[in-house]
Amino acid sequence: MEKIKEILSERILVLDGAMGTMIQRKKLDDKDYHGERFKDHSTPLKGNNDLLCLTRPDVILDIHREYLEAGADIIETNTFTSTSIAQEDYNLQDIVYELNVEAAKLARQAADEYSSKDPSKPRFVAGSIGPTNRSASLSPDVQDPGFRNITFDQLRDAYFEQSKALMEGGSDILLVETIFDTLNAKAALFAIQDLEEELGKTIPVMVSGTIVDASGRTLSGQTVEAFLVSVSHVDLMSIGLNCSLGAKELRPYLQTLAKEAPFQVSVHPNAGLPNEFGEYDQSPDQMGIEIEKFLDEGLVNIIGGCCGTTPAHIKVLVELAKKYQPREAGEVVY
Amino acid sequence: MAETNGEFILKLSGLEPLAVTRASNFINVGERTNVTGSRRFLRLIKEEEYEEALEVALEQVKGGAQVLDVNMDEGMIDGVYAMTKFLNLVASEPDISRIPIMIDSSKWEILEAGLKVVQGKSIVNSISLKEGEDVFFRQARTIKKYGAAVIVMAFDEKGQADNFERRIEICERAYRLLEQIGFPLSDIIFDPNIFPVGTGMEEHRRNAIDFFRATKWIKENLPGVKVSGGVSNVSFSFRGNQKVREAMHSAFLFHGIQAGMDMGIVNPSLLEVYDEIPEELLEKVEDVLLDRKDNATEELLDYADKFKGNIDKKAEEEVWKSLPVEKRLEHALVKGINEDIEKDVFEALEVVGSPLKVIEGPLMDGMNVVGDLFGSGKMFLPQVVKSARVMKQAVGFLTPLLEEEKESNEGPSMARVVLATVKGDVHDIGKNIVGVVLACNNFEVIDLGVMVPADKILDAVEEHQAAILGLSGLITPSLDEMVHVAREMEKKGMELPLLIGGATTSRIHTAVKIDPEYSGSVIHVLDASRSVTVSGSLIQKEASEGFVKKHKSEYEDLRNSHALRQSEKSFISFNDAQQNRWTTDWMEFEPFPPKMTGVQRISDQDLSELRKFIDWTPFFQTWMLKGKYPKILEDSSVGSEAKKLFEDANKMLDWIIEDGKLKAHGVFGIFRANSEQDDVTLELNGKTGTLSFLRQQGKKGPGIPNLSLADFVAPKDSGKQDHMGAFAVSTGDGIKDLVAYFEEQNDDYNVIMVKALADRLAEAFAEYLHFRVRKEFWGYAPDEQFSNEELIREKYSGIRPAPGYPACPDHTEKIKLFELLDAAEATGIKLTESLAMDPPPSVCGWYFAHPDSKYFGLGKIAEDQVKDYSKRKSEPIQEMEKWLKPVLNYDPDL
Repeated sequence: MEKIKEILSERILVLDGAMGTMIQRKKLDDKDYHGERFKDHSTPLKGNNDLLCLTRPDVILDIHREYLEAGADIIETNTFTSTSIAQEDYNLQDIVYELNVEAAKLARQAADEYSSKDPSKPRFVAGSIGPTNRSASLSPDVQDPGFRNITFDQLRDAYFEQSKALMEGGSDILLVETIFDTLNAKAALFAIQDLEEELGKTIPVMVSGTIVDASGRTLSGQTVEAFLVSVSHVDLMSIGLNCSLGAKELRPYLQTLAKEAPFQVSVHPNAGLPNEFGEYDQSPDQMGIEIEKFLDEGLVNIIGGCCGTTPAHIKVLVELAKKYQPREAGEVVY
Repeated sequence: MAETNGEFILKLSGLEPLAVTRASNFINVGERTNVTGSRRFLRLIKEEEYEEALEVALEQVKGGAQVLDVNMDEGMIDGVYAMTKFLNLVASEPDISRIPIMIDSSKWEILEAGLKVVQGKSIVNSISLKEGEDVFFRQARTIKKYGAAVIVMAFDEKGQADNFERRIEICERAYRLLEQIGFPLSDIIFDPNIFPVGTGMEEHRRNAIDFFRATKWIKENLPGVKVSGGVSNVSFSFRGNQKVREAMHSAFLFHGIQAGMDMGIVNPSLLEVYDEIPEELLEKVEDVLLDRKDNATEELLDYADKFKGNIDKKAEEEVWKSLPVEKRLEHALVKGINEDIEKDVFEALEVVGSPLKVIEGPLMDGMNVVGDLFGSGKMFLPQVVKSARVMKQAVGFLTPLLEEEKESNEGPSMARVVLATVKGDVHDIGKNIVGVVLACNNFEVIDLGVMVPADKILDAVEEHQAAILGLSGLITPSLDEMVHVAREMEKKGMELPLLIGGATTSRIHTAVKIDPEYSGSVIHVLDASRSVTVSGSLIQKEASEGFVKKHKSEYEDLRNSHALRQSEKSFISFNDAQQNRWTTDWMEFEPFPPKMTGVQRISDQDLSELRKFIDWTPFFQTWMLKGKYPKILEDSSVGSEAKKLFEDANKMLDWIIEDGKLKAHGVFGIFRANSEQDDVTLELNGKTGTLSFLRQQGKKGPGIPNLSLADFVAPKDSGKQDHMGAFAVSTGDGIKDLVAYFEEQNDDYNVIMVKALADRLAEAFAEYLHFRVRKEFWGYAPDEQFSNEELIREKYSGIRPAPGYPACPDHTEKIKLFELLDAAEATGIKLTESLAMDPPPSVCGWYFAHPDSKYFGLGKIAEDQVKDYSKRKSEPIQEMEKWLKPVLNYDPDL
């Protein structure tokens, strides 16, 4: 994928926005989630958004198109929880491979439609890889800090399965995102390196961590700089931050990354901090003001949205991106 | 990873980042969380005291360590488990995990286990070209995938680099190879081997200089890399002289850093500030380090004596002889001198008036001093046993007089301790030592000896109105017998405390199996030195209640966490374990046909030949002196005692050998053999027999087999004729008389000495016989030439595991071994009901010759295997469960 690296050196790219927020708007019910295929599945499936790639592919395809229409350069597959580990909650661990292949195919189809409409603006598919709901460096039991409910090897195997399927379905990029535990991310990177060996080619990888609160650390306790050091053994396409905080709160940590990272830098924040109802209500313009500060400082190469963002938000970002030069990957060479 | 402004920076991370740059000065790597370097840490890990082990780590961080070295390389520790567990716990302590980890092991699987549990970017310590380029490439590539930096040792297929040329040759080669696979150059750290100087050996004179030169060369010629090393090695030959060592370390670092050294494993508290080293000392230290003078070492040694605080021995002796008799007795006791004891005892009698007063006065006072010194670690076991000998002999002179006096007087009132080695077990050196140590501390010891049935023990407790009962055992079936004794005590409504000790016992077994059986207090005593404090606490009325409560609740916690850990460990089905057996390409493998088959006896083996094969390290362990032979003789704390003990041992050996006090007999056999699953069928002259082996059932990592000893014998369906051997040896012929002889003289020191030496001779016999089997009788290694040290380190090909020990823990297979060899007849060894070998200085085992055969620990096994095993052995499952209890992953009693 030399092309995307080339484009990245020329302009700021825009990632799409939230999938969950968009699905919520569609007011789907049990039947939509279960579909014909899982109508007798004993575990309730409502809320398993990733499954819609199989049971309501039309809905997912539409959302992809809405973001592409808004001008996103990169769209994410609807696979944030599509690992055997996370799908175990729905007793769907056995269909994970298929789930990822189909999800990537949907995103591919949508991206290709738009690429062929305007070849001067090629669109890319990033296979979304979430953190799973388990942590390799934290004990779920406060009484027993040495205990773990998942091992590196189990994570590596699950990530390998997901990555392979995402590539098979036609992803251009793999995006390891919302990283709260660096060890989980390292297992994902290990799996991706294994996959690269198996496929005999390099895969562009985006890595994006998430910060818990104003302490500026990941849930597993690392500072942003320590996080950067811990994942820099892979020649990443980009490193960045997403979720948990709004753009405003992310700024100091983004500055650290911009200064230290030998890779392109990405950010896709939430639409502000959640209000008292747990909803993200920052308007597209408000978010645009914060993001513009990043662009003005020359901190980033890729911008996008996480929880609460919509095509309207992305549209604002697309317009902003046109006005600014991308961050130059500093004095750091590698 | 990165080169900034033309400089390569090594970036590491824990919870926080660490960048090693030119400006970052020297990086201190904390060395105390290393089981090979810290006795305290080793003990804590062995006893699973992880909480306290974490404190060691925290102390390191607080003491200024910037990276934490963690090493779990010890034979008795499951390194993968310990590394994983400890690093997981470290991850939960932000004050520790804020710094990067150095995962330190010579075993790849332990290194990889560490890599799987650290979220930060750590350092792997270390890999090398020792096993060739393929292994090196594989390991380096994998480390890169985990995202860690690596220490590469200057070690290749030919050995460890010990001069300048070899150092740079190996480092350059390793550098080019790493470059070839795209390993980030800034993540490479070379360890060009720090070796001792001032050893008196000509070839060691340039060790420091060569290191400095190599460091300089590496930094100039291999862009990007860092240099590290273990600093304390350099002053190895000045052990015992802290002042000189500290000066030498800081002078070494001064020059090392100038040459470009970036980091090192050091104990920061043991570093003198370079500028504060006295000028003359610094000059002499640097003369040695930089090889500036021919006689530099001699000069430093002479000069170093100044710091040792020499005492003029003769003058000291004169002073003592002029002291009053009470003080002289105390001195004799503390120093263990029995020359003038008779004279002094009677002189004291004249002074104080009655024999009882001599015992309760000066003698007891003296022993109290001994007890205190021992308790505070200022005296060592051999000294204490000698002190006890003086005490016993002194009391011996007074006893006849005491009898007369008793008519009108009560004897000295001391708390009584009953000691016994349980039914079926014959090993008692440890118990003897406990007896002696307790006797030194005002306890009256009633030792019931070995193989004592429960009812006899309980009768003795009642008869003597004992305050404490101590049980000892060495082989695994004794554990059950101890549970039985505890149950019987409960039935009788006894209340006295029960102490548990011996090689096979453990705190966890005591907590889980014995403590629940008895409502009185049950306490596991780790070694003889603990027995005093434990017993002392128990007999003091007020203190004991809290002490007992504390132990009961501690054991309860242990039981609970044990139950948790059991469920945490994962096992695979026996069937899967068999599928995951170790195997080799048997088609390609040609088993070596032995030069002889059949059984051969060796009567009256020459002991002077065996003497050369003695492994002395365990001998010192028996005497509770910790350290490796021969280094232990030079150890700064125990060296002088170790030397004395070693001299005494050799004198005793001379006497035993010259006068033929002990005789050694052995027998061995080599049989046609093939495996079928986990059984091995032996055949000799048309007669066949089947041996049954157990298989590891714990879940293994990818590529690691579930081993059974049977795997090392060619399977029947391979069509290859393979062989197996067996042996039994004993040096116990004569031991009973010898022990009785010293017991008559009240000489516990020599009682323990002969038992310990006989044990060593038996082990030496096993080593010697195995050597001859490899060289002559089986003959698969006719050209083998190993030093004794290399033999001890088991460098040779093939193994000799013993039934009842970790690879094959079923003692009942010993019965087959004895039948095969007619070993009882040939050697005089008898098997007790618990299948211990009597007399104790006896060893037996199987011979496996396959070059890949190795020792391993079986670990726990599951019920499905026990069922299969019982069927194979045609024994009731309950019977096998009884014998295999310590290795079962379930409780057959539930």
